[in-house]
Order: sequence, then structure tokens, then C-alpha cells
Amino acid sequence: MSPSVAALRQGGVEAARRLAGRRRAAVTLAGAALAVAGANGAWATFAFGYPGKMSLAGFPGGARAYVLVLVVPGLAVLTRWPGRRAAAMAGSLGVVVVAAGNLVAIAKQGGGLGAVAAGAWLAVAGGGLLLIGAVAAPDDEAPTLAERTLPPAVEAAVVAASLGVVLALVWYGLGVEESSRFASFAAAVAFWASALAGLGVIGWLQALYPRHRTVTLAASALAAAAFPFTQGGEAQWIRVFASIGIFATAAIGLNVVVGLAGLLDLGYIAFFGVGAYVAALTAGAGTTTSHVVLPYGVAIVLGAVTASIFGVVIGAPTLRLRGDYLAIVTLAFGEIFRIAVNNWNSVTRGPNGISRIPDLALGHFNLGQPHRILGVELPGFANYYFLVLVLMAFVITAFTRLNDSRIGRAWVAIREDEVAAAAMGVNTVRLKLLAFAIGAFLAGAAGTVDAHFGRQVSPESYSFLQSVTLLAAVVLGGMGTVPGALIGSTLLLLIPEKLRAFQDPRLLIFGLALILMMRLRPEGFAPSRRRQRELHAEGEGADALSAPPGGPR
Amino acid sequence: MNAAPDPVLQARSVSKRFGGLVAVSSVDLDVGEAEIVGLIGPNGAGKTTFFNCLTGMEVPTSGEIRYRGRPLPGSPDRITAAGLARTFQNIRLFPNMSVLENVLVGRHCRMHEGLGSAIGRGRRFHREEAEARRRAAALLDLVGLRRAADDLARNLNYGDQRRLEIARALATDPGLLLLDEPTAGMNAAETRATGDLVRRIRDQGLAVVVIEHDMRFIFGLCDRVTVLVQGQKLTEGTPADVQSDPRVIAAYLGTPTGR
Repeated sequence: MSPSVAALRQGGVEAARRLAGRRRAAVTLAGAALAVAGANGAWATFAFGYPGKMSLAGFPGGARAYVLVLVVPGLAVLTRWPGRRAAAMAGSLGVVVVAAGNLVAIAKQGGGLGAVAAGAWLAVAGGGLLLIGAVAAPDDEAPTLAERTLPPAVEAAVVAASLGVVLALVWYGLGVEESSRFASFAAAVAFWASALAGLGVIGWLQALYPRHRTVTLAASALAAAAFPFTQGGEAQWIRVFASIGIFATAAIGLNVVVGLAGLLDLGYIAFFGVGAYVAALTAGAGTTTSHVVLPYGVAIVLGAVTASIFGVVIGAPTLRLRGDYLAIVTLAFGEIFRIAVNNWNSVTRGPNGISRIPDLALGHFNLGQPHRILGVELPGFANYYFLVLVLMAFVITAFTRLNDSRIGRAWVAIREDEVAAAAMGVNTVRLKLLAFAIGAFLAGAAGTVDAHFGRQVSPESYSFLQSVTLLAAVVLGGMGTVPGALIGSTLLLLIPEKLRAFQDPRLLIFGLALILMMRLRPEGFAPSRRRQRELHAEGEGADALSAPPGGPR
Repeated sequence: MNAAPDPVLQARSVSKRFGGLVAVSSVDLDVGEAEIVGLIGPNGAGKTTFFNCLTGMEVPTSGEIRYRGRPLPGSPDRITAAGLARTFQNIRLFPNMSVLENVLVGRHCRMHEGLGSAIGRGRRFHREEAEARRRAAALLDLVGLRRAADDLARNLNYGDQRRLEIARALATDPGLLLLDEPTAGMNAAETRATGDLVRRIRDQGLAVVVIEHDMRFIFGLCDRVTVLVQGQKLTEGTPADVQSDPRVIAAYLGTPTGR
């Protein structure tokens, strides 16, 4: 931030602070009243290409409702709760962002500011007043909620309910069709979440989950399994979430390599590709040149094992190198894989790839067919979705158990200080190879599912960009954790799917989002306890580390 | 007591050359059971390089090192598994792991549960993990860091970080502990406590080699002192002998790099 902007902001805060207590409350209340009035008034003066002819009272329905929802945290500043100022800032900023965003969208659609009706202006102004009221409030005490405990049964219920809310939000959000309306919805959720974080509710929940692990796991599994039943037989989002699951499985594998062992792998997608090609070549695909047909149970193991053999072959000579060299070698390996597959016509059919891969059949159960489960007709993709859930359950179990074992500790030790780890009896080369092999194994397994799920494999699906996207998912979500990889994968795959308008500048937006994340929340959305302390413990730890080496001589 | 009957460590004419620089030149060192040996010398005398040769972090150019009669293996991790453990002059903890986890990493080479067992979590896994945690807790008690078990290593104060390094090294069940300036940066009281700690460690049957610049600490603690000057062993003997040796005094006062 440039000094002049900082000075401006400082000046704004000081100006707002001159409001005395009574007047501050009045400003907030006036803002809330304006925003509510605006949300209930007309926002646009055009309809269906007839600008100026009529006012559209109900348009845009969602955005106006979200403004109302966001006024609530904006009022937090009238309470005495610790964290009220942060919550009110989030709420009022949310009102401004949603109202102003829609105002711009309406003006663009209706051909100028003339298309904007009074309601939208009122809502923006109301948001502005709320913001002034929030800025004027005295500084927050830190939220005290995090240490609060309730009876265990109540806590368990809260845990389950919070995961239910997540499912409900996902279900509702997927139903929001239009891009700008979805953007408003996403903004409303994000600002509400940050308001709750300001009040310490999120921190409290984060402390609850580990205390009620069984309930958390059961409720997440239930919510995940319940998802296809909320889709009314529609395949679209089930398909998207199945592919997110496959991606997330690979991301968790990459998290072993990058997040735990600290090895930067830039060609990780190649292992995924190895698995996919093994499955494609052994599935009796319509266009294959190999005529081997293996049952899927064998193919998934074969794909995963082949990938991990590749991992060991790549790793054995390179893992003795330091980080930067490893990154270059893995990057090259990813490209070699893609180019080799692209040119090895006799086996991989080159750039055509292998298509018409049959649907998976486990015994007599064909995963491509719709099935009726619990009286609900589920499309074929739901079967893949459930298969991916099972695979993920395995991968998550393996990851968390490895992390909390002798092997996981050794990995983290290598990441922290390789020389010291070796001096403590850790065979660093062997453990790095193991991390590489396990990461490749998980990617290979995910690849075999993807070959059947996508029904075709071709070289360009395994480009450098895919490796980078996986890495971005891991970094964005939080290195070294399962929820991090899940959240990162979901965001990176779902948002382009929902915001079709942002399909083309997707990479630009990735880049911006990553920069913003590194600036605002470098530990990712769901950081490990370890990493969160690492990145926010400046000051406390600094003096201990910079103490003078050597005393009396 | 120049040649102990059953030497824990027996280093014979160990040399280390970096290009034209001879950092360690034909140094012999014997360490007997439960003996505390001091290694002193002015800066740049090659003390840490000698330690690095013993622990496999540097490969000696020539010479032979035996631990309890057997030649040492080649890599640092196997040397640690054989029974040599060390601390570092410039503290090398795992800063973003908890104090307990740091010590548990030290248990690594004494634990055996592998990949399948870590994922499968059988009874053996839980037993071994519990045993490791009990040992780690006992070691934290020994160095007085039990209360800080869940803190991040980086948030400990300087003296505690040094003590944690000792606990971590002890977790590998060594027969010989190599301490590289264990009291650097400590005040008088902390230094005294560290001396007591080293004695307690020796009383458990471990042999200890200490590099230190604090002469009062060295002469009060060690059974025997070896003096290195410019990579060569100048003299060796009881603290009293070494203290009164005019060559030692000359070596210290005559060194231009005084710091």
C-alpha cells in the first residue's frame, strides 16, 4: 500500500472517530434504514430491453435479499460484543460491494446510469453510512469466544449443524443460475463469514472440530453423501463435484509431497496421467491399440503402482538435490511425459488420445447407468461421485494417519531442516523418496478414476497448467492439511464453472487471488495449527531466533 | 588415563582438507565409557569440522573412526543409529514443530513402525507411539522443558532451545553425545545448570564430548581436555595439566582473530 493511500485511510478513520457515541449510533441506524429501504425499492428502470418504460420492482431479487442479510452484521457495532467493529466492517462493506456491484451491472445492461432506479442508490448510500458507523467505533477487544465451552452434546450438535449449513449453502448456491447473482451470493457468504470470524465464531468452530472428531467426520461424510440427493436427478453439479473429488484426491497426494515433506513438484500431473493412461489401456476402450482388459480393481492398483514406480525413478537421482533443482527436474518430467504420450502413436494414439473408454462396472453394477437409491433416481455420475467419495475417504485416512506418525514427523523435520533431520537419524533420501512415491501413488489412483469418468484421455489434459492448478489448490487451501486441499480444489474448480463470464481471464484471476491470499492470509484458508502459528508468530519468536550466537569467549 | 581400556570412540589420524586448507590434520581422540572430554581451541581451530567428521556430515579426507570397536558407517543417519548424537553450535531445531515433536523426531531411528502400520494402526503401532511419547516426556523432564511440551520450538528462549537440542539428541539413545558449544549465549546461572545437566547425563552412563569456549565451564566439568590449534592436536590431559601448559596460553593469547 502506498504511503498516500495509508495516509488517506488514516485520515478517514480519524475523521469518522470524531463522531461522538450517540451520533455514531444514529449514523449506523440511518445507514441500516437506508439500506433496508433501498433493498425494498426498485433497482432498475428497464425490463427485457425496454429501458425507461417501466420499473422492475423485483429485480435483481437475489442481490436485494443479500443486502438485507448483510445489514444484520452491519448493526453489530451497536452491541457490546468483542469483535463488533470487525464484524460491522465486514457487514457494511458487504452491503456496499453487493449494492454497488449490481448497480454497475444494471447500468451496463440497461445502457447507462439512467437504468438505475433509486433503490440501488439508497442501498449503496446506506452501506456507506453503515461503514462510517463501523469505522467510527472504538477499537475492538479480541474476541473471547474461542475458549468458550458448552455441554458436549450441545457442541456436537453445533458441529453437525454447521456442516449442515455448509451443505445447504452449497445446495442453494448451485441453484443460483445467473453469474452476477451468483457473484452477489458469493460476496454475501464471504462477508458474513468474515463478520463471524471477526466475532470469533469461526475460531470457536475451528476449536470445536478437533474436540468432536467423530461427529465432525460423520457429519461431513453424511453431508457429502447427501449431496446427490439434493439435486433432483440433475447430473450437472454431481458431475462437477465428482471431478472436484478426483482433483482433490490428487491435491491431497501433492500435499504429502509439498505440504509435509516440503518438496516442490512442478510436474505432478504426469503421475495422474500415468494412472489415467494405464486405466485407459487396460479398460478395453473403443479406440485402444492394446487389447488387454483388466477388472477395475486390478487396473486402479496397477495404475497407482505404475505411477509410484515413475515417482521413484524420477526421484531416486534427483531427491539428493536441493529444492530448486528438484522443481526443475519435475517440471521437465511433466513435459517429457506429455510429449512422449503425444508422440508414441502405436500405444497412446498420440494427440488423438484414447476415447470411448467404457463406463466402470463393478461386478454387475454399471457406474454409467442411472440407479434408484432410497427412492431417488440418481444419474450415472452419482455413482462416480460415490466411488470418488470412497477413494477420498481412503486417501484422507492415509494422509492424516501418516501425518501423525513417525513417518509424517520425519517428513516435516526434513522440510524444516534437512541437515538436522539427518543428524537425528532420519534417512532423508529414503523418506523423500517415500513421499514422492506416495504422492505419485495417490495421483495415479485418482487418474484411473478420471479416465473412466471422463471417458477419454489425451495428452493435453496433462499440461503444466494442470500441475500449477493443483499446486495452487494446495497453497490456497493451506499447506499440509486435508481441509485445505479440499477447499482449494473446490474453489479452483467450482468458481470458473459458476462464473462462466470469468472463464477466459481465469488465469489472471488465479494470479490475483493468489497474490491477495499471500498478502492477507498466507497460511491458506484451512491452515495446519503448525503453519498458522508459524506465519503469525512474528515478534514472539523473532527475538529467540536472533539472539546473539556465542557468549563469553 | 590416556588410552581407556574400552574406548567408546576411537579416532585415529582424522584429517579434513578443503582444497588447499587443512581444517583438521591427523587428530587422534579416544573417549572412554562415561567420560566427559572437553575439546577446546581458538576460533578456526577445526573443532566443529572435527565434530562434522565424526557425525558423517563431512567425509574425512583420511583417518579412521571407530565406535565401540566398529568402524562408523558413512551417512549421518546411520551414524546416529549406531550411537553418536550431536547438538549444533548454531541451534538447528525444527523451529515450527512443537517441543515434544522435536524430541519425537529424535526417537525416529529407534522406532520401527512403517508405512502399512502407520495407516493400519495396529496395536503394535499404538504401543510404540505411546512408548516414544513416554520417553520423550521423560527427556523433557530431564532438561526441564516438560511444561513447554506443546510450544513451538521457535518460541523458546535461547537457553531452552539449547536444552531442547540436548533432549532431542538424547532421544536417539546415544552412547556418545557430542555437544557443540552448549552454553554459548547463556548467563552464569544457565551455564551452571547446563554443567549439572551434562554431569547427570554422564551419570546415566553416556560418554560426552564438549566443545566450549567457556574455560571455567570446561575445566570444572571435564575429565580430560584436548586442545586443538590450527587443525592439530596441541596437547591433551587433565584440566589441571592443560590449564598450566604454557603452549595453551600462548595459543589463545597469540591468536590474532581474537573474537
